[in-house]
Amino acid sequence: MTDVLTDAAGSGAAAPPPAVSAHEITKRFGATTALSEVSVSIQAGTTHALVGRNGAGKSTLVSVLTGLQRADEGTVAFGGAPAPAPSDRDGWRRQVACVYQRSTIIPALSVAENLFLNRQTDGGPIKWGGLRRRAGALLEEYGVDVDPGALAGDLNVEQRQLVEIARALSLGTRFIILDEPTARLDATAIERLFGRMRTLAAAGVTMLFISHHLREVYEVCDTVTVLRDARWVLTEPVSAVGHDALVAAMTGEAVKLTEVAPRSVPDAPPVLSLRALTLGDAYTGIDLDLRPGEMVGVTGSGSSGKVSLAETLGGLRRADSGSVSVSGSAVGVGVPAALRAGIGLVPEDRHREGLVPLLSVAENATLPIGDRLGPAGVVVPRRRTAVAEEMVRRYDIRTESAAAPVASLSGGNAQKVVLARALSTDPRVLVLINPTAGVDVRSKESLLGAVRSAADQGTGVLMVSDELDDLRHCDRVLVMFHGRVTATLSRGWDDAQVVAAVEGVTSEGASS
Amino acid sequence: MTTTAPVSPPEAPVARRRLTGPRLARMRDLALVPAIIVLVLVGALIDPVFLSSANITNVLQQQTELSLLVLAEAIILIGGRFDLSLESTVGLAPALAVALVIPAASNGIGTEWASYLAIPLCLLVGLAVGAFNGLLILRFGLSAFIVTLGMLIVLRGLQIGITGGQNLFELPMSVLYLGNAVWLGLPASIWICGILFAIGIAVLGFFRHGRAVYAIGGNRDAARAAGIRVDRVMWTVFIVGGLLAALAGLLMTGRLGSVAAAQGDGMIFTVFAAAVIGGVSMEGGKGTLFGALCGVIVLGLINNILTLAGVSAQWIQAIYGLIILVALMLARLTTGKAQD
Repeated sequence: MTDVLTDAAGSGAAAPPPAVSAHEITKRFGATTALSEVSVSIQAGTTHALVGRNGAGKSTLVSVLTGLQRADEGTVAFGGAPAPAPSDRDGWRRQVACVYQRSTIIPALSVAENLFLNRQTDGGPIKWGGLRRRAGALLEEYGVDVDPGALAGDLNVEQRQLVEIARALSLGTRFIILDEPTARLDATAIERLFGRMRTLAAAGVTMLFISHHLREVYEVCDTVTVLRDARWVLTEPVSAVGHDALVAAMTGEAVKLTEVAPRSVPDAPPVLSLRALTLGDAYTGIDLDLRPGEMVGVTGSGSSGKVSLAETLGGLRRADSGSVSVSGSAVGVGVPAALRAGIGLVPEDRHREGLVPLLSVAENATLPIGDRLGPAGVVVPRRRTAVAEEMVRRYDIRTESAAAPVASLSGGNAQKVVLARALSTDPRVLVLINPTAGVDVRSKESLLGAVRSAADQGTGVLMVSDELDDLRHCDRVLVMFHGRVTATLSRGWDDAQVVAAVEGVTSEGASS
Repeated sequence: MTTTAPVSPPEAPVARRRLTGPRLARMRDLALVPAIIVLVLVGALIDPVFLSSANITNVLQQQTELSLLVLAEAIILIGGRFDLSLESTVGLAPALAVALVIPAASNGIGTEWASYLAIPLCLLVGLAVGAFNGLLILRFGLSAFIVTLGMLIVLRGLQIGITGGQNLFELPMSVLYLGNAVWLGLPASIWICGILFAIGIAVLGFFRHGRAVYAIGGNRDAARAAGIRVDRVMWTVFIVGGLLAALAGLLMTGRLGSVAAAQGDGMIFTVFAAAVIGGVSMEGGKGTLFGALCGVIVLGLINNILTLAGVSAQWIQAIYGLIILVALMLARLTTGKAQD
């Protein structure tokens, strides 16, 4: 396997030892095996992708590679030398840094202090002015344009990641693990991140890149390793493995994801109408008619106002002016009014707005329909269980039982619970925000399948998403730019059109 | 590992945002200074006695015990935990120390240890309470709220059990000294308090271990990832908290000349009020000791002004509580953020 990689890196005959190598790592947690004899080695200066479905063992491998967990069997080496002892945190930190999905920045402290956390001074009192200057020089060195005196909590996601990367590099670390760095970035920020990754790779930094978006793997990585069910499946140069082959390696079967069966929408009066809907600096003058059974995609950059628009429809925000009506009658303000009008929402952040983690799958899925599960506000447990079990079956939710806490589910299955809940009220309009973010390939498919079948039964679907794979299911796609709908693409668009419109470089079909 | 040359920025850097965050935070620390000035002016208008050095000294000395507790609580809050049991330590630590040295005839236990042991014993009790809190919260992972609420009740009960619910009057001289001594024209307790706050401000503002407390309160996982020994630091913080509470008890005992059975009872609410008014966040990671000190001074001045203004004793508590609420609302307005 190492041979394959050496070839991939193209570093010729006398190859130096790999920057990182994990040899036959096995890790068990009680009865479950999280990793089984997995070997990965990465040449210095290359960017290596690690892909696999949720639960394939990616995060366990990351924690073994960062020294947070100790492998039961197997060894880790950095640049040919064995890894530091498990207790030697500083030794590990010099070898490897990880930019996690969950930020390890401390919001209440300044950027400068975050950069030099726990090494603000070599002894004696901290000199704040000097610390800020050192931080400024460091940020400048890595081209991160952030004020070192700013509070870290005021940075956006992108800036925070850059600060974390700069911190890792300043420790002398030349191996960085990026754990789904793109999950919360918009398209332009992702492009900038990729540009930066290429520059770092050119400067000899080795990276392990984890993402659910195979497109990104092709764009920025040199080699790819696929894990499935705790086992190593393949390691190849990305140029040598096709998209479908990669998906097949991840799922263990051939899946055609990018092909979408055509569908037709019956002509009918609109179920959802927006007229001149405006909210402050989020969006302006949005007009939209959504027919029953129609699927409309909305996309745009992070500042386009698309999420605010969807949240307004779900009742989480209040528009300044304009009207929203469902089947001709105006919708009031607030979530209860939106639910009464028949608008179901799959919110953006399933952990924060979507689910109550400690409650069971059944309780989470039936939260909005408690009044239908028994007389006078009583929730009859048997009836709830019956309804929930039906949902588990229909939406293919992989859970021990409907009584298991939702926190025990993987990301994709948790999202299915959110979708089940949104559909539990039999809404006339279903609004989804990034429904497949952070979700593995198979779950993505069953989520989109469930949305489609709801649409086939006459629900109007409005899907806000950055995912071209999601948008492909839509009958038309609206592109928003700075709060306005600037393009409407009907079925048959190609990727370049969407990307161009999102960047605001086309006025094709502009409505304003 | 071929080159470690600096990496130049790719095209289109992030738009530069000049943020005023820390400057605002620093303003927040000074936010109470105008309030203190206003209170001093109001006090001077209400009664000329207010500005007399005797009154000012009196106000400050009365606040020393409270301020030591606020110092302890503020550090613990900044570390993201809290400790309700401090107020019981204020009573138990001196009571137990005194009971061990005085004769049984004066409500002592009867051990009659040498009286010079009283102060070390008192501090040792505080240290032990802090260490025990730390053990339960950090090692056994129990909720800080429940643990310290339990300790609040247990420690108070221990004090009543040991002293038989009696006040202790016949105190050794060493115990009385700190609460009464005058150094360079100011009561010793004010000196002690001032010095401890200065040390606290310096350590939390300018030393690595002090900044570690902020890091832990702000994001425990991040602090751990940065190599900070989270549990060890917090354990130290709990022990320092217990020590400060015992010292506060010692000062109070000396000032009042006895250990009351209910010494320290109910103080914890004022402690939290002072800390929060002073800008210390209940969520951890935010606030400064200087702000907390200002919070103590504001509460002390308000109390003094109410007394000087002749507000009847029956109403003082309600007004005092109301003013705390108003101060919190003002703090909410000035920071513009929901309070944690």
